[in-house]
Amino acid sequence: MSASVRTTGDVVLKLDSISLAFGGVKALTDISFDVREREIRAIIGPNGAGKSSMLNVINGVYHPQQGTITLRGEVRHGMNTHDAAVHGIARTFQNIALFRGMSVLDNIMTGRNLKMKANFLEQAIWFGRARREEFANRLKVEEVIDFLEIQHIRKTPVGRLPYGLQKRVELARALAAEPTILLLDEPMAGMNVEEKQDMCRFILDVNEQYGTTIVLIEHDMGVVMDISDRVVVLDYGKKIGDGPPDEVRTNQAVIDAYLGVAH
Amino acid sequence: MEEQLDTFPRLLLHHAMVRPRHPATREKDLGIWQTWTWVEVAAEVRALACGLAAQGFERGMHLAIIGDNRPRLYWSMCAAQALGGIPVPMYQDAPAADFVFVLNDAEIAYAVVEDQEQVDKLLEAQPQVPTLSHVYYDDPRGLRNYATVTSFDRLLEIGRAFDLAHPGFYDAEVARGRTDDIAIMLYTSGTTGKPKGVCQAHSALIAAARGGIEFDHLTADESILSYLPMAWVGDNLFSYAQALVAGFTINCPESGDTVMTDLREIGPTYYFAPPRVFENLLTQVMIRMEDASALKRRLFHHFMGVARRCGAEILDGKPVAAADRLQYWLGNMLVYAPLRNVLGMSRIRVAYTAGAAIGPDLFRFYRSIGINLKQFYGSTETCAYICLQPDGGVKLDSVGLPAPNVEVRIAANGEVLVRGPMLLKEYYKRPDATAESLDAEGFFHTGDAGFFDDGGHLKIIDRAKDVGRLETGAIFAPNYLENKLKFFPHIKEAVAFGNGRDHVCAFINIDLGSVGNWAERRGIAYSGYADLAQKSEVIALVKECVETVNAELAAEAGLADSQIRRFLVLHKELDPDDDELTRTRKVRRGFVAEKYVVLIDALYAGRPVQHIETMVRFEDGRTNMVAADLKIEDARNFPAVAHKAA
Repeated sequence: MSASVRTTGDVVLKLDSISLAFGGVKALTDISFDVREREIRAIIGPNGAGKSSMLNVINGVYHPQQGTITLRGEVRHGMNTHDAAVHGIARTFQNIALFRGMSVLDNIMTGRNLKMKANFLEQAIWFGRARREEFANRLKVEEVIDFLEIQHIRKTPVGRLPYGLQKRVELARALAAEPTILLLDEPMAGMNVEEKQDMCRFILDVNEQYGTTIVLIEHDMGVVMDISDRVVVLDYGKKIGDGPPDEVRTNQAVIDAYLGVAH
Repeated sequence: MEEQLDTFPRLLLHHAMVRPRHPATREKDLGIWQTWTWVEVAAEVRALACGLAAQGFERGMHLAIIGDNRPRLYWSMCAAQALGGIPVPMYQDAPAADFVFVLNDAEIAYAVVEDQEQVDKLLEAQPQVPTLSHVYYDDPRGLRNYATVTSFDRLLEIGRAFDLAHPGFYDAEVARGRTDDIAIMLYTSGTTGKPKGVCQAHSALIAAARGGIEFDHLTADESILSYLPMAWVGDNLFSYAQALVAGFTINCPESGDTVMTDLREIGPTYYFAPPRVFENLLTQVMIRMEDASALKRRLFHHFMGVARRCGAEILDGKPVAAADRLQYWLGNMLVYAPLRNVLGMSRIRVAYTAGAAIGPDLFRFYRSIGINLKQFYGSTETCAYICLQPDGGVKLDSVGLPAPNVEVRIAANGEVLVRGPMLLKEYYKRPDATAESLDAEGFFHTGDAGFFDDGGHLKIIDRAKDVGRLETGAIFAPNYLENKLKFFPHIKEAVAFGNGRDHVCAFINIDLGSVGNWAERRGIAYSGYADLAQKSEVIALVKECVETVNAELAAEAGLADSQIRRFLVLHKELDPDDDELTRTRKVRRGFVAEKYVVLIDALYAGRPVQHIETMVRFEDGRTNMVAADLKIEDARNFPAVAHKAA
């Protein structure tokens, strides 16, 4: 029995003619694509193609010189990272960005930061609203811990964990924010086959269970072709392909980019 | 009218009445221990049973149960029994292909499973199991789009509605149950041939549970951690039968990886673990002590010395010098009590181990720090209940005294025969196997060879079919020798030969981790397993172990002739992939003897070196030939120590 037949919805995120340059270096040139509700959308391309820059644009880290970003029908100009988070965008990083000295539990709790309304004083004396919030937030965090099967490392400092588990903790922190759009920057880099399979399963489960839209960058073609609904291919900051995995796989420009052709 | 407490569903109703608010089941979920009282469990079981009945489950049917130790799976067992059905717990880590035989043999139509993993396996097996029609799952994660399976919550809903429509149904069904109905069917692991379904009646399990409870004075206030496979007879006895007879609390861990944390949080009073768990715990303690400060290390080693000297005696209530007693008291405050706390064993009154031989040092370590660790002996066919070691009378090399109501007899060929209320009713659909194991007098043939020592304690020496005789007429129990050898950390596996010969010879497998570490510390360079195994230093190390065992054998009655005369260290590890071991890591003696016949000939011909070529199979199926020249060593033998006639 096939596990699931996913249905994707309307466009939630639309990027129009995005161009981004650092001084004279053009990172992205005139890139347009969209992401639909509940979709798993992959961005692939060789090293330096502009994949991470693309995520940074969506996430509000970089501001493109040209082009517009439309999030749920509203054009977002000059969106910063905080705005992105408020609008339900969460992400993980290519190089793990966790607090190494803090426990897994505390790290994931930081993902709930935006949901805490209590002021400094209330939190300091842990009274009233601060207390209620902590209970509610801890419950959500425990759900995520259960979901990603990391109960056994709940109290372990992140720095002591192997790489594959740290990646999972980072995903947990992103999920704790209850995002509607999740950006994953190479979630499977440096993992062994078994860890990759686990991660694939978690990504599919997140998508199915919470209906989260997922945009991911990944180098492992097998993974990308297996789990994504549509794929965008970048090369030297330009879009050279866009479509379902089977279509992209046979696209000549994509094959050339990956096999290397003289430019 | 007097209440009849002779089936498990009736026992559950009894506890719901006499101790309704007492915790019956706990499970750690979302980081918090959730509790269900007896009255709540009784309500859940009632709804479940009604749900199953509404779905067509009938008296005499089998209900497959597959998953980790989850409260709802335990409750499903009781629900099936309430309807006169028979739960069949299966090993949750087996692949789908292994399910097929049992599912077909037991004609499974209904199955209750834990999660998506198990559902997927059942669906994979389904084409080959035409009877399988109803699958219920506990954890809904990932199962939203599965059309052909039903959630537990839905089953409970159906059950509650059915219960409302048929108010007297459940109580009538429970009242119809008879004590000699089959309560559970457990499949034996099947080292030889296909697995066999062992049918155990309510009366057998309840008798075994009652006996154990009386023997160890267990009460309704015990708390245990239920973490061993539900398909294993021991878990059925401890987590289900004894819990329902005594009315104590079972605690289900959060996940397989969190057992050690959960153990500390619960602090069970009654505990079971196989020897390897105790071994891992001790290794962890030792490693952490190496990292501790010098003062703590000295304190630890000093007081562990005291414990070795007198700890076990104090636990057994034997006379101990006042100075030692004082030292032990101090040690208890500074070392033993904190250590027990770290291990999660502060509250333990009774701990058991079984399933494999436990090393003497390991056993003594736990007893000396005040943990009442004991061994028992039993099998699936006897509800894991034949012999128990009594408090204050623990002998390391015996399995204890026959349990209450159990009759043990040694047959002429040395086989252990048992009779009692805990015996199996039959092997499912296998009258031939039943007739073979249960004789006309009602004795069950365990297949183990053993004897009673002077104090009436049973000593198990080997599987009866492996026990032979030397040419001198002395008894030869290879497994007994091999276990003694394997207690040395440097020896991973051993195979002893001697049946029909005039002396004993052995193959030894070194433990790569332990010997490798030993070699590194001594600056002995080696290129791999085969090279390390033939280093003269390593052979000398093994020789020391063999000679220590010989000295022990010389001191034991009737075993002096079993001393190992010659041995060799094998150039490769015995491996299940090469069919040399079973999947449960037991040596396949006949196969090994055939495969390495040149080596055996060389051992007995007195040759000092033998060349051998062996095929090795890798995990991915590739094969390769390895060749080696193996050195053969003589080991010193000791004169037999004279024994006084008992």
